[in-house]
Amino acid sequence: MGAKTLLSHSFRIAWKDLMELFRNRLGLVLLILMPLFMMVMVGFIYPSNGNSISNLPVALVNEDAGYGNSTIASQTFIMGLQQINSQTGMFVLSNASSMSDIKDRVQRGDLDGGIVIPSNFTASILSGKQGTLIIVTDQSNPQISATIRAVLSGVFDQMGTMLARQNVQMLNPAVNASNSLAIVKPYDVQTEGVVSGNPSYFDFIAPGIMAMTVMMSVMTGLPVAISQEKEVGTLDGMMVAPINRLSIILGKTLGQTARGLIQGVIILALAVGLFGVTIHGSILLVFGLLLLGVFSFVGIGIVITSFAKDQETATMLMMTLMFPMMFLSGVFFPIQQMPWYMQDISKVLPLTYASQALRKVMVLGAEIPAISTELTILIVFGVVMTAIALPVFKRMMTR
Amino acid sequence: MNEGDSQLETESTIAVKNLTKTFDDFVAVDSISFDVKKGEIFGLLGPNGAGKSTTLRMLSTLTRPTKGTATIGGHDIVKNDTEVRKLIGIVSEKMIMYNRLTARENLWFFGSLFNIPKAVLTKRIDELLELVQLTKWKNAQVGTFSTGMRQRMNVIRALLNMPQVLFLDEPTLGLDPQSSVEIRDFVKKLNRENKITIIITTHMMVEADLLCDRIGIMDHAKIVALDTSTNLKKLISGKDTTILSLEIANLTSELIETVRALECADSVTQENSAHLKVIVHGDEAFDTVIDAIRKKNGKINSMENLQPTLEDVFLHITGHQVRDSADQKIPIERHGPFAQQRRIR
Repeated sequence: MGAKTLLSHSFRIAWKDLMELFRNRLGLVLLILMPLFMMVMVGFIYPSNGNSISNLPVALVNEDAGYGNSTIASQTFIMGLQQINSQTGMFVLSNASSMSDIKDRVQRGDLDGGIVIPSNFTASILSGKQGTLIIVTDQSNPQISATIRAVLSGVFDQMGTMLARQNVQMLNPAVNASNSLAIVKPYDVQTEGVVSGNPSYFDFIAPGIMAMTVMMSVMTGLPVAISQEKEVGTLDGMMVAPINRLSIILGKTLGQTARGLIQGVIILALAVGLFGVTIHGSILLVFGLLLLGVFSFVGIGIVITSFAKDQETATMLMMTLMFPMMFLSGVFFPIQQMPWYMQDISKVLPLTYASQALRKVMVLGAEIPAISTELTILIVFGVVMTAIALPVFKRMMTR
Repeated sequence: MNEGDSQLETESTIAVKNLTKTFDDFVAVDSISFDVKKGEIFGLLGPNGAGKSTTLRMLSTLTRPTKGTATIGGHDIVKNDTEVRKLIGIVSEKMIMYNRLTARENLWFFGSLFNIPKAVLTKRIDELLELVQLTKWKNAQVGTFSTGMRQRMNVIRALLNMPQVLFLDEPTLGLDPQSSVEIRDFVKKLNRENKITIIITTHMMVEADLLCDRIGIMDHAKIVALDTSTNLKKLISGKDTTILSLEIANLTSELIETVRALECADSVTQENSAHLKVIVHGDEAFDTVIDAIRKKNGKINSMENLQPTLEDVFLHITGHQVRDSADQKIPIERHGPFAQQRRIR
């Protein structure tokens, strides 16, 4: 049987699968909703940067007894804090009577944290000592308490610098404003990205979610689609026709790939239109990569298909494989965050390389040479898995 | 049953030799052999789990035999499966069609897998739809069809490649009596007018009796008898054997045991609260049974001499009733024996 007939039969089967898909209204709606939910949830739950946390209720206690009649240090601090806060909207500031009042209110859940200015604050600073401030944090919420700590440290740092510069200028009036900064803070850091702009968390997850959805659609869709036809009996209708067995698996793969690519396009459109993601690389390369990802997953899909006797087993098998893969492939979290043994596992998953390459292309505008390692791994993985899968599949078909 | 092979060889479309299928330790089909002649309607009759469907799946190349071979139109079902597939069509109890596609789309899809030229296929689809009066519904999704309509679709789907051999696996299972009759008539018509050789599996005695030229009775993975319906019945309705239907007003289990204990009684079946069916042999058997019942004060209201049915044949050969292991859920099967008696009288 020629390759042409094989392909023509495959196209027939893919056409039939897509017809069924398009006639299923609910299925179509879910096809769009699923990636939308995933983008929205993951995108909003994980903050793109510190700015997304805002309006944290924080109380302030000023116990400063002053130095003589002056409470200049605490007043400067409060003014500085209010000024910075009005720019960022990070805190909702209120007053509290004492440290224990703050602790009470944190326990009740009314406050996320507090700042205490001790009684000797101005006195210490004006007498040439360090002024100490106390931050009260809510340990039951580590992430928020870390944020408060980080932001307040920034505020203190900024105010400390300001104070230090005043002191330098007071000691030596010859020093001008910019020189005083250089004396207080001799080092400055400037961040320069590979591409212009400031990528958000969406830029990080959009390529990963795209790679995952498209590749999973083959890995999960193939076993479910075939085992379902086996259960209903329609697979017999194809098996009893004088066609090459390969055209069944090829046709099904084509159908599922088309479905996955449709979802991929939806995700891309959502990412660009709704979440402001910019694509720096070539769109063509993005889709090329997605197709290569599909190819690397087909083998796994076929093996699962061959082992799963019914739809239920197929669904369970793929769920078992899908979840670790989702979280270990660096789609949602950077791989570098994981312990070493998990990093090792993620190194054998093809999704890791597909999402990595896709991220490089979409976020960093990389060209083919820059992702050649990932490309090679995906191709080798696909070839090896397919070589394993085809004999297994043939055996299953003629059981 | 394969004597005269040399004679049959030339005209048989299907030749089965020692066909065996085992699943792990379970023997589903145990070395069966038979031939099916060209243009014949051949029935495989037996309870569920007897191995009929597995046999059919092997012959239609859907399952590989563990041992043994079979040829269809001279092609080996394993070595030359693609050639075999061109010659056959299969109708199974499962509907082979996609609910979300229309009748036409379904036929078009399956037809296109057979490399039939477009124009020919279009014409054939229209003809087939017309043949089973579904033309009106050709653009409706199959999911909206009634069970009877779906089964008609299921049958014409198997005819798209104009098969020489048609396999029917329990084609009337779960259908209402009227749809069953329609399907049977259609199968007969196909056989008569289009000269299609037909192999049908069924656990319904009536169906086998109505349709088949020859019947192979399967039980526990083996073919236990194979002949025409008439010849099979002769197995038990020789000069010596009599089938009696007795209506006894005060039928008790004690009475039944008494009859069963008689030396001349081959089998005793209680049909309902007052009817007893007894297969006996010997010249005096008739009197012996009546005497035995009278002696126990049994009141015989009426008595009838019955023609044997395939059910009796099955019981005679296997020692148990088809119903014992058949699916009890199918109402038509439960009423089968009564319908049969009425028809034969």
